[in-house]
Amino acid sequence: MSVLEVLSGALLIAGALAVLTGGVGMLRFPDFYTRIHAAGITDSAGAGLILLGLLLRVDTWNTAVRLLIILLFLALTSPTATHILAHAARRDGVPMWRKGDPRR
Amino acid sequence: MSLLDHDSAGAASAQQQPRRKNTMRFLRTAPLPVVFWLLLSGHYEPLLLALGALSVAVVCWLTRRAGLDHRSVTFAFALRLPRYFLWLSGSVLVSTFAVARKVWSPRPDLRPVVEPIPTPHLQELSQVVYANSITLTPGTLSLDVEANHIEVHSLERSGVDELRKGLMLRRVRQTEAQR
Amino acid sequence: MIFAVMAALLVTMVLTLLRAFMGPGRYNRILAVNTFGTKTVLFVAVAGFLFGRPEFLDIGILYALVNFVATVAVLRLTHYQELVSDTERGEGK
Repeated sequence: MSVLEVLSGALLIAGALAVLTGGVGMLRFPDFYTRIHAAGITDSAGAGLILLGLLLRVDTWNTAVRLLIILLFLALTSPTATHILAHAARRDGVPMWRKGDPRR
Repeated sequence: MSLLDHDSAGAASAQQQPRRKNTMRFLRTAPLPVVFWLLLSGHYEPLLLALGALSVAVVCWLTRRAGLDHRSVTFAFALRLPRYFLWLSGSVLVSTFAVARKVWSPRPDLRPVVEPIPTPHLQELSQVVYANSITLTPGTLSLDVEANHIEVHSLERSGVDELRKGLMLRRVRQTEAQR
Repeated sequence: MIFAVMAALLVTMVLTLLRAFMGPGRYNRILAVNTFGTKTVLFVAVAGFLFGRPEFLDIGILYALVNFVATVAVLRLTHYQELVSDTERGEGK
């Protein structure tokens, strides 16, 4: 196994863990706004780590370009979508969870 | 808001030299879709190239019609962007770790706060970059972008304090085009 | 290695779907569906590598775009509905 493969494997595993963490957080966190933070782990760290991990095991340049384009798209669109969502929810008056409140 | 200002200023001067101004605008918008098409298609026969040119023209026309031909995205800015991305991914990893610990801890200690973060004298583009970076970092989330502040929701006070220190804002300012 | 990543993605997709079913409220569901879309993109990319067919990545690019547009469209739609029902309520008073 070459160094690149080991590195790629490590990135992939870290990405898988981040994705899993995001999913668990989506279920465990108490309200909408805190769940956005959990989803953010999947969207930024998880996606970035997995795509970088795949990037280290490409064999042609146009695969690499496609991976980079996906990475760029996700880095641009996911925070924008999240921001629009949070903004809309706030304008709609979705209540904010404070410590001690029941889960919702 | 400043996007609209740009646009009306452009329209005013466009009346003086309509032809040249339009060509300049077109040339500014075109390279991105051209590069995008060339990278993705991988076919360079005359027919497909012509179709590609057609689709680039349509995209440029649509972009102009939607008022999206943003002139503050310059080449120099695009060159400074990778460095910013590197720094950002570092800080994303650090805060991911902090939030992941909260997710897996048996009794997560969450004290969410919402506070305004001042962003004085920031160009519109930099403000977009800044707000998106805040959202991209787990643990902080931009709720509302106003003229000179951004409302930030954070999982705990330390996230807001970190932003108040202005490390990220300084990076954004460095990346922003000096004009 | 790639199998582990796919397994993690699948498990997370199930968790996200659970959140989408449980709600509560429409914003939780939209958030869940949006995250589900991101995971689909990753899954398509990883599956392409597993089967040795990197052409799958094109589908991934498309999916990333559609996912973003869909989220924005759904949000606009819900807000449009609110505007309509608000004015109707206002007229009813």
